[in-house]
Amino acid sequence: MTNDGSQPRLAVIGAGPGGYPAAFHAAELGMDVTLIDPEANPGGVCLYRGCIPSKTLLHVASLLGEVEEAAAWGVQFGQPEIDLERLRSWKDLVISRMTGGLGLLARARRVRCVQGWARFEGPGALDVKPVSGGEPERVDFDYAVVATGSQPAAPPGFEIDGERVLDSTSALELADVPETLLVVGGGYIGLELGSVYAALGSRVSVVEMETGLLPGADRDLLRPLERKLESTFAEILLSTRVANLDVQPDGVDVELAGARVENRSRSFDKVLVAVGRRPNSAGLGLDSAGVELDGRGFIKVDHQRRTTAANIFAIGDVAGEPMLAHKATYEAHVAAAAIAGHAATYDAQAIPAVVFTDPEIAWCGLTESEARESGRPHEVARFPWAASGRATTLGRNDGLTKLILEPTTERVLGVGITGTGAGELIAEGVLAVEMGARADDLRLSIHPHPTTSETLMEAAEVFFNTSPHYIARPRG
Amino acid sequence: MATDLKLPDLGEGIADVDVLSVLVSAGQAVAKDDPIIEIESDKATLEVPAELAGTVTQVLVNAGDTIHVGQTLIELEESDSVADARPQATSPAAAKAPAVAAPTTPAPTPSATRPHPASAATPLTAPPPPPPAGGEMPVFASPSTRQFAREIGLDIHEVPGSGPAGRISIDDVKAHARRRPAPGPASPGGLAAMPLPDFSSYGPVTRERMNRVRRATATNIAQSWSSIPHVTLFNDADITAVEAMRQREKDRVRRAGGSLTITPILLKVVAAALRAHPKLNASADFTTNEMVLKDYCHLGVAADTDRGLLVPVIRGVNDKSITKLSIELSEIAAQVREGQLPSERLEGASFTISNLGALGTGHFTPIINPPEVGILGIGRAVERPVYVEGLLRPRLMLPLALSFDHRAVDGADGARFLTWIVDALAQPLMLAMED
Repeated sequence: MTNDGSQPRLAVIGAGPGGYPAAFHAAELGMDVTLIDPEANPGGVCLYRGCIPSKTLLHVASLLGEVEEAAAWGVQFGQPEIDLERLRSWKDLVISRMTGGLGLLARARRVRCVQGWARFEGPGALDVKPVSGGEPERVDFDYAVVATGSQPAAPPGFEIDGERVLDSTSALELADVPETLLVVGGGYIGLELGSVYAALGSRVSVVEMETGLLPGADRDLLRPLERKLESTFAEILLSTRVANLDVQPDGVDVELAGARVENRSRSFDKVLVAVGRRPNSAGLGLDSAGVELDGRGFIKVDHQRRTTAANIFAIGDVAGEPMLAHKATYEAHVAAAAIAGHAATYDAQAIPAVVFTDPEIAWCGLTESEARESGRPHEVARFPWAASGRATTLGRNDGLTKLILEPTTERVLGVGITGTGAGELIAEGVLAVEMGARADDLRLSIHPHPTTSETLMEAAEVFFNTSPHYIARPRG
Repeated sequence: MATDLKLPDLGEGIADVDVLSVLVSAGQAVAKDDPIIEIESDKATLEVPAELAGTVTQVLVNAGDTIHVGQTLIELEESDSVADARPQATSPAAAKAPAVAAPTTPAPTPSATRPHPASAATPLTAPPPPPPAGGEMPVFASPSTRQFAREIGLDIHEVPGSGPAGRISIDDVKAHARRRPAPGPASPGGLAAMPLPDFSSYGPVTRERMNRVRRATATNIAQSWSSIPHVTLFNDADITAVEAMRQREKDRVRRAGGSLTITPILLKVVAAALRAHPKLNASADFTTNEMVLKDYCHLGVAADTDRGLLVPVIRGVNDKSITKLSIELSEIAAQVREGQLPSERLEGASFTISNLGALGTGHFTPIINPPEVGILGIGRAVERPVYVEGLLRPRLMLPLALSFDHRAVDGADGARFLTWIVDALAQPLMLAMED
């Protein structure tokens, strides 16, 4: 199909979970789409270096955990043997199957994929430097979507060499299983990757500057994970920071600083730096197109994800927090539809957050701490998994499901879940918040027995003091 | 007791509706407020509820009928208690037809709303309002309901919810849209475009693209016409003396580079009239409930040009002589001809005059150019027999029509203003008497 001039030309820069859905949706809306990314196939960090490889490895970690637990139920598997090379190729196979599939889908939608690095040359043109070398290609566009994502932040003093000092990208390559690993940063990336290495046999230490792990998560959701990590990890050092890193031939000498640290000078085989991510907004020539950044390097966007240049949109990590793949995908649809002239707007009332540790932690909508800080009237209904039949059969009573409710309308404003499979369960919470479900709606919807999804229904029962399995304190 | 249930008044001047489906049948028990039929008006589909509980004895309408307000829908044997009337069996109401029509415009289809490269840099449609900033209560409506409201151009925050605890359903959005003037994605005319017939079935037609001026005029005029309560006053001014002066002076003005038509003279008179009647040289700010009185007097002069209706603005009319105004009008005419009228010459008017006299018209009802509150329409001067001091004389009479915004100006104010102009034209010396 050739463009006779009637189709608007859209250039999408970056083919991650924001860029490729934007390209696909725009193609479906009749645009002439060029998708530019350094990789051969769509996927971005999410598929190549993020969500997908880490979840592949975390599944293995969870299997190893269950094998250990099985001993208590009278099943012995013996000491697991880990063939690191096969594990790596399994992970790589997962990635190539998914990215290859996306490549086929792009072709089926007649999206033109250009493998290269794009740079704006004014508000209607891009210079694309091919990955294979050679002459840059000029791509003219009527509209552009910037979806260049983010990369691991490496503050000064934390020079990532990929050998001894790793970021999430090099850690996912799984070069070996170090005997000792220091994870710098107690956020979700540090805890997830720390869990992988711990399950594979590393002695993992975590340092976190803040007073608690996973800033942003409600503390009661964190407690079961903390208890579990006390045995999984060698050490969790809170209110502690790394004062100095010194890479030696046989390891990394680390100087720790913090009031409660006893042994300040330590050595680790490897260090994983997971202190956050920063937007990829530099080196794109955004200036020349009139696209402005905020103070933290995110592209400024409006509620349709339009930048300060009227024909250029930005979505995903580069357009602001939270840096989550599913937020990028939602924004992709908003931006593509807005370009097509539809009345699209960013109108999400609940963005789910999932930490894929063991147990998992997931929440959406209003958190309890936000509700408390804003002084908004709210009630919290908690259902501990100790009262869940399904959790008992799994030997995993270390969970909690809670609803944050508006007292007058009894609407569900937020949901928080911790426990095995919480990441799957939170979807119901998102639907409840988005649909404006009331506690009654959850209570009166029949949930399958025996599943952990019943804990959502039971939490609603707790709100009305009618839970058959749990007697909460009287409401007051 | 047998009762007829009739189609209630639906408001907004809706007289006829189509029956989409009949939800009850003879012999069926209905409770008060149970839906009995589903109807479709120009703007929405809705269900008509039973006003009373009882048993249906006869259904008098069928799906597809066009019915009018007051027409009997069903006959009902009224029951004593609502409880008796609860449907015993599964009611057909359960199989309610899905609502089919959007209240205002059809949902955009991908091909119809495809952007055009020529307009790449500008948004095609006014973007929908942003969702509220964090901290506010989230909207009590599902994502699809919110999307539907956006598509028909309705702010979901304005929709009252009828569901439990105030939950907003898609029917609430439709009902709200029906109650309000349709603000949806509008045609340049300001209203949802009406579907057009296939003209080619009546004869050959050609289609010409509307230019920007035509579209802007359509939008502004529709906005003015639909939002401003216009009142138009008519009068005739005796310009015999003025015309004599014009004939005497026009050569001199021509030599100075101007053309002494009636327009520059009227500009001068209207400017003086506005100074004496500041309420007409004003704008109304209904957000603060204030009148904005203007110390300046910039007059818009509606002009028929190749591109369409333009309204160039002459600034500071009170400070300029009639000769100077004539020259400036000639300059503007030249700029318009050459397409070089700077856009700032189209801004800032505090009052407008529209002279259609050269085209032979009499009185007409000019439309106000917002945010002004008045406009003076001038027709063709005609020599007519007029009694002057008891004697029939030939006098040159100029038809004048003043439209004013009755929200800002009352009839007496308008009448005083127009009479002042009529007197000033009859007695030009009066101008010199004013401060």
